[in-house]
Amino acid sequence: MMSTDASTIDLAHNEAVEHPDTVGMQALGFWLYLMSDLIIFATLFATFAVLGRNYAGGPTGKELFELPYVLGETLLLLFSSVTYGLVMLAVYNGRKKQVLIGLAVTFLLGLGFVLMEVNEFHSLIARGHGPDVSAFLSSYFTLVGTHGTHVTFGLIWMAVMIGQVAVKGLNSPVQSRLMRLSMFWHFLDIVWIGIFSIVYLMGVM
Amino acid sequence: MFGKLSLSAIPYHEPITMGAVGGAVLLGLVLMGLVTYYRKWTYLYNEWLTSLDHKKIGIMYIIIAVVMLLRGFSDAILMRAQQAVAAGGSLGFLSPDHFNQIFSAHGSIMIIFMAMPFLAGLVNIVVPQQIGSRDVAFPFLNSLSLWLTAAGALLIMVSLGVGEFSKAGWSGYAPLTEIEYSPDVGVDYWIWAFQIAGLGSTLTGINFIVTIIKMRAPGMTLMRLPLFVWTTFFTMVLVVWAFPVLTAALALLTLDRYLGMHFFTNALGGNQMLYVNLFWTWAHPEVYILILPAFGVFSEVTATFSGKRLFGYTSMVWATVVITVLSFAVWMHHFFTMGASPNVNLFFGIATMLIGIPTGVKTFNWLFTMYRGRIRFSTPMYWTLGAIVTFVIGGTSGVLLSLPSANYVLHNSLFVIGHFHNTIIPGAVFGFFAGFYYWFPKAVGFRLEESWGKRAFWCWLIGFLLAFVPLYVLGFMGMPRRMAFYATPSWHLPLMVAALGVAVIMLGILFQGIQLLVSFKERRALRDPTGDPWDGRTLEWMTSSPPAVYNFAKIPAVDEIDALTEMKEKGVAYGRPDQYDDIEMPKNAPHGLILGGFAFVFGFAMVWYIWWLAILAALGMLFTVIARSMDDDIHYVIPAAEVERIENERYLELAAVTK
Amino acid sequence: MSQTAIDTAGAGRGSFNSYLTGFALSLILTAIPFALVMSGAWSFSVTLAAILCAGIVQILVHLHYFLHLGASSAARWNVLALMFTLAIMVLFVGGTIWIMFNLYHRMM
Repeated sequence: MMSTDASTIDLAHNEAVEHPDTVGMQALGFWLYLMSDLIIFATLFATFAVLGRNYAGGPTGKELFELPYVLGETLLLLFSSVTYGLVMLAVYNGRKKQVLIGLAVTFLLGLGFVLMEVNEFHSLIARGHGPDVSAFLSSYFTLVGTHGTHVTFGLIWMAVMIGQVAVKGLNSPVQSRLMRLSMFWHFLDIVWIGIFSIVYLMGVM
Repeated sequence: MFGKLSLSAIPYHEPITMGAVGGAVLLGLVLMGLVTYYRKWTYLYNEWLTSLDHKKIGIMYIIIAVVMLLRGFSDAILMRAQQAVAAGGSLGFLSPDHFNQIFSAHGSIMIIFMAMPFLAGLVNIVVPQQIGSRDVAFPFLNSLSLWLTAAGALLIMVSLGVGEFSKAGWSGYAPLTEIEYSPDVGVDYWIWAFQIAGLGSTLTGINFIVTIIKMRAPGMTLMRLPLFVWTTFFTMVLVVWAFPVLTAALALLTLDRYLGMHFFTNALGGNQMLYVNLFWTWAHPEVYILILPAFGVFSEVTATFSGKRLFGYTSMVWATVVITVLSFAVWMHHFFTMGASPNVNLFFGIATMLIGIPTGVKTFNWLFTMYRGRIRFSTPMYWTLGAIVTFVIGGTSGVLLSLPSANYVLHNSLFVIGHFHNTIIPGAVFGFFAGFYYWFPKAVGFRLEESWGKRAFWCWLIGFLLAFVPLYVLGFMGMPRRMAFYATPSWHLPLMVAALGVAVIMLGILFQGIQLLVSFKERRALRDPTGDPWDGRTLEWMTSSPPAVYNFAKIPAVDEIDALTEMKEKGVAYGRPDQYDDIEMPKNAPHGLILGGFAFVFGFAMVWYIWWLAILAALGMLFTVIARSMDDDIHYVIPAAEVERIENERYLELAAVTK
Repeated sequence: MSQTAIDTAGAGRGSFNSYLTGFALSLILTAIPFALVMSGAWSFSVTLAAILCAGIVQILVHLHYFLHLGASSAARWNVLALMFTLAIMVLFVGGTIWIMFNLYHRMM
């Protein structure tokens, strides 16, 4: 809960435009935030590693996970990483319209990912495999759900940025924020690589 | 509508609690009445609460720390008094239920709401000045951190009068903290107070790492940083890389309690030892978070008051690095008795002993700094000397505990309580007091009266030894920690001595209060007109006391370790620049205060299961953040003429004393 | 002017080609482990090693082609922070797994 709040708080620091290295300081500060967030994910991965086989008579990963569905989620996120990369290229070239289109496409891809995950969680819970069934399911829902919550906050941030680009144009603070959002977005894709490898692929083996 | 909250949440039946609540509320009302009477609300709001000035933020942190010190110390008095009387069949005056809340609150408050704000306060006041900067990297984030800390502290204070506090100790071991065994709101207060304040600390950590990396004055290379800046840097490294583990561990416990998950439960595959493991993964670095800044203070104070450059500067820096890295690799020594294999215990035991080496390096460096120095015995030096001598004892008892075999005998006994108070009180609290007395003139503009300060020091030192040496003895006599009453008569006498010790410390705190009052009354006589009352060696003593909002009219250029000493020797320390430039500073912003307020409401609503309020508060936070991000006009300019006016006043005062 | 500020801010600047290369490599590195697990062609331990290798390589691909983390001086602190994070993660996760599985083993 609090970790995801931190990610949105970083929306807030827009410091001196005139200071020569303001953008650099913001980038470094945001990177350090990502590192601390990585420690949160490391803790959740460690928890999953310790508890991930405690099925307590409930279902196992092999019985629950559908790899083609996970592959679909993975591809959505990967596509969105690339489209966000193209957004940054458009930012460097000062093409406001391309930036807006790129952000909208990225937003839709991210939204698709979140909806797929919500649907997956919903069907698991509806079938009686909720997070309160076993330690395995608790750690599964929490690890994957924390990532999903991060993506959701990324989407909120992206929506705000679409508004800011439309209203303010590509001024320096907006560019700095777009760059930090790109770091956030690529970072979440990297965490997802860990999730699909360790939780899903190893889970069904 | 109000979740679990009802009027029965107020503990009418506990006269001691109600007395404390009444006192706190009355004090608050009196303070608010005074502010209203003197019509100071606008001043308070404009000059302090919404300020982004790192010096004012630092002072507000220290005010929080002092208030919470008094609260945590009251808890200590109650515990010591209880154990002094609850012997030989007597149950004392506190119910076990209440006693458990008191020791839990004492630990939580002293670590998270006394020590953390105190160090954040010192760091805020000093570090930007020591590196020759006008501000921190992210002034708004700084204000947000302050108000998140304040929100957490307020949440703990509210638990006194609305509901109850956790009864599971400051470490909150599962499964006692699970909903099955602690169905009341106490644990939830503990969780949310820690989470909110912890978020503030993480943001402070990021802020100061970037500040130290990016905002140093020209010429101030890394190996010319004052040692307090170095220890701050590594403290903040520990904060940024360790606090997330606490955030995650508490979040998992929250999910267990609120959504019925099974991370740390007894049933359905949960594992309590995983909680213990995660908690100490954070909590061991946390004790170094408290102690490293104090090590920095000792280094500054010994160098200044010995009139010598710090001995072994490079080895000090590397000792700090080694302590930082090792402190991440020893957490398992807090639960040797879990029953891990000898290999595991051996690894963490040896890693623990290794920390003694860099700590010893530091101790010897301080001693060699003093050796053949012209030592001036002012109050900061008293606290430093007292700390070095007593800290060594505490460190040694820690090496004893790091032996797994000895640990099996001493685990959870009062020996452990003796040990960690013996490290944290001299190692952190004495260090913070040394820093407090050392930098007080800089922050406020006048020195503190010395004789009351020395009386306070002796009371603290003697009281500390009286209060905690008996605990070592009691540990060897087999007394476990956290006992509301006991039947063994031989424990009674040492516990009486310990209670006496607390009374002597209380006298010390009283003297510190008197000292503040006397100094305030004599503030004109004690005025520090030079800005350099101790013949300081580092850049913060270059500015006036208190410094102008921009600290330095001209950013100084540095080419030595003790930059100011070098400038003084060359005679260029207080030279006037040819001309002044416009200075750009961050505007005040209310968003930090508002976010802190929402965070408090959010925490309170979560504690009492008032979901609609929690959602509203969370949305409030989100929209405040977005609103802040919309504002690109966040600076104001101080014109060169105004800078010149301020600086001229300073040179006038300087000329009056140096004549 | 502001563009150069972003440029040197440590996140680095990509090109269309770098994003495309990264995308193609990521697709391949995603396809391999999924195909191996879904087909069950190889033995358990070989598949496990393949998943881990593909995952690690793909993370490096993302760091290089998407986050443009390199040896440039602007990114020096970022790389240092990442290295430190990795070291701490190995310590935390490795230590936790060591401690807890040792406990499982002794409680059996």
